[in-house]
Amino acid sequence: MSVPQDRPASAFAKDLTGSKIARPVLTVTGVTKTYFLDEVVVHALRGVDLDVNAGEMLAIMGPSGSGKSTLMHVIGLLDLPTSGTVKVEGEEVSDMEPNKLAAVRNKRIGFVFQAFNLLPRTTALANVELPLIYAGVSSADRARLAKEALEQVGLDDRIHHLPNQLSGGQQQRVAIARALVTKPSIVLADEPTGNLDSRSGVEIMAILQQLNSEGITVVLVTHDHAVASHGQRIIHLGDGSIVRQETVLEPIDAKANLEAMLAAAAVSEAAAEAR
Amino acid sequence: MNIWESVRIAVRALNANRVRSLLTMLGVIIGVAAVILLVAIGTGVQDEVTGTIEGLGSNLIFVFAGNMEDGGGGSGFSINRPLTSAEVDLLADRLSDEHRVVPVVQGPVTLRSGNRTMRSTVAGSNEYAEEVFTADYIGGRHYRRSEVIAGSRVAILGSRVRDNLFPFQDPIGREIDINGLRFTVIGHLAAQGGSLTGDQDNQIFMPLSAAQRVLGTTDLSSIIVRAAEADRIDSVQAQIERILRPSLGEEFSVMTQEQTLGMLSTLLGTLTVMLAGIAGISLLVGGVGIMNIMLVSVSERTREIGIRKAVGAKTYDILIQFVIEAVMLSVLGGLIGVLIGWGGALALQAVVPTQVTAWAVGLAFFFSAGVGVFFGVYPAWRASKLEPIAALRYE
Repeated sequence: MSVPQDRPASAFAKDLTGSKIARPVLTVTGVTKTYFLDEVVVHALRGVDLDVNAGEMLAIMGPSGSGKSTLMHVIGLLDLPTSGTVKVEGEEVSDMEPNKLAAVRNKRIGFVFQAFNLLPRTTALANVELPLIYAGVSSADRARLAKEALEQVGLDDRIHHLPNQLSGGQQQRVAIARALVTKPSIVLADEPTGNLDSRSGVEIMAILQQLNSEGITVVLVTHDHAVASHGQRIIHLGDGSIVRQETVLEPIDAKANLEAMLAAAAVSEAAAEAR
Repeated sequence: MNIWESVRIAVRALNANRVRSLLTMLGVIIGVAAVILLVAIGTGVQDEVTGTIEGLGSNLIFVFAGNMEDGGGGSGFSINRPLTSAEVDLLADRLSDEHRVVPVVQGPVTLRSGNRTMRSTVAGSNEYAEEVFTADYIGGRHYRRSEVIAGSRVAILGSRVRDNLFPFQDPIGREIDINGLRFTVIGHLAAQGGSLTGDQDNQIFMPLSAAQRVLGTTDLSSIIVRAAEADRIDSVQAQIERILRPSLGEEFSVMTQEQTLGMLSTLLGTLTVMLAGIAGISLLVGGVGIMNIMLVSVSERTREIGIRKAVGAKTYDILIQFVIEAVMLSVLGGLIGVLIGWGGALALQAVVPTQVTAWAVGLAFFFSAGVGVFFGVYPAWRASKLEPIAALRYE
């Protein structure tokens, strides 16, 4: 790995994961993004260098306007950088033509959005099948894979429900199933708990941690330090550049939290009955 | 991704947005059905009027007072020298006996029988009227030559006149009062609808001199000459002009059935242009409706396009889906429109003559379908060019 020493984010990551061989699944080099809105120039990103290592769970944090969503869109190939390069598994993607980018998004990247972004009036199963259609998977295989993905997020009893028949947490789980159904190398989650109540939020974090433990790289974008602390590493973004990074020595265990919440709920319910 | 996969995606998308799909189709349906129906009515009316005139026989020659060529036609033309019985006698005298000369006088009258009163039109003529105007007798007979000479007060009732004055009764032998004069009913006719000389069902027929007395005139409305053979009509027309010119100068017009048709077809041409205009407007309205629905749904669909692109749809995948959706909606809507327009034209035949024409069906179908496809695909094409994140954020 040839990471120059003046790029602290990458260097730090390398040191941290010292025991493993830190193989970057995603490399961002000198990325800037500038918007021109009615003669006002907005520098959303001012030169970001970042390596995301295979198998890690990374959080990108920052206040609103810090450029964290823009960064996620750029590394997720939803948007093109004004300058700089993005490499996915060593392959330069920033100058690819749009249809090739679509193929990379389809096969290597899964998205989870704050607003879920499911197709309305379309069943959970059909929503999860969507990436597989564009991957050219046959219809029988599609149904099987989509069901497996929905099972993985614990929704196997709701595959024929429409988005408006599901709670926010359930919709987000459908979105996660859609993100992982193509078995991508990386899942990008933009404020995945932002529209959810705390219990659903913990459930979603537990699922993302579970996926990470199964080897999928997860990049989390959030403004909430508690959510970010579920990852092993936090990149703090401010005004379009990386201001600092943080190693989480003991990431929050969402599954343990969830069990504790359930136990507490059971206790208070029992207490209420006893009264 | 093969084409069937695209078709399935399109069907799913249409099914997921049923209301919008139906509304879009409605635009196409209304446009297509309206055009087919309007053109069918225009064509049908034209055919029927033409048919009615043709049905009079191609051997009729009409003589009117006044010069239609220099008067400018319509209400603007004044009659300086009306036709009278003198011209009838002149023609009967000078034309060969094998041709029939039929004078016609028409005018409004008030009819009364007992306590029932109605307004009607009287038509006076001679005994040859039967040979010129076709009518089916329910009962009774036409007036005779002797009655024409004598100016007898006998009358034949059109069906509506009979139904009004003598409902469910046999009118033969009954007396009616026409503008204050007493007449005896000698015949009554079957209903036959409109014709060249107005609504025959609402008319009352009688000998010429009796009608002239009722109307208080000695003038004629027209003279009809029935040539013995249709192929000699031009020479008979020329003869009539020669006979009448010494006494009338240029103050008369002689027209064959063919010339009458020619005159009417100008009129009917105007009707067709008018209907075509209305049809064009309905197509435009239908097109605007389609356009409206398609454009209004663009914000939601732009999000959909963003989602599809985020999970890996290529520009081509998006475009082909929207093309298929728009084609299916437009073609299905077009076919339903054709069925409704055609069916409506058949159903309307009880009221108005209609005739469905192929060019109207084709024009309506392809115009509406074209508008549907264009406005379905164009916004989608623009949206498919957006960066995925721009499409996802579209409000």
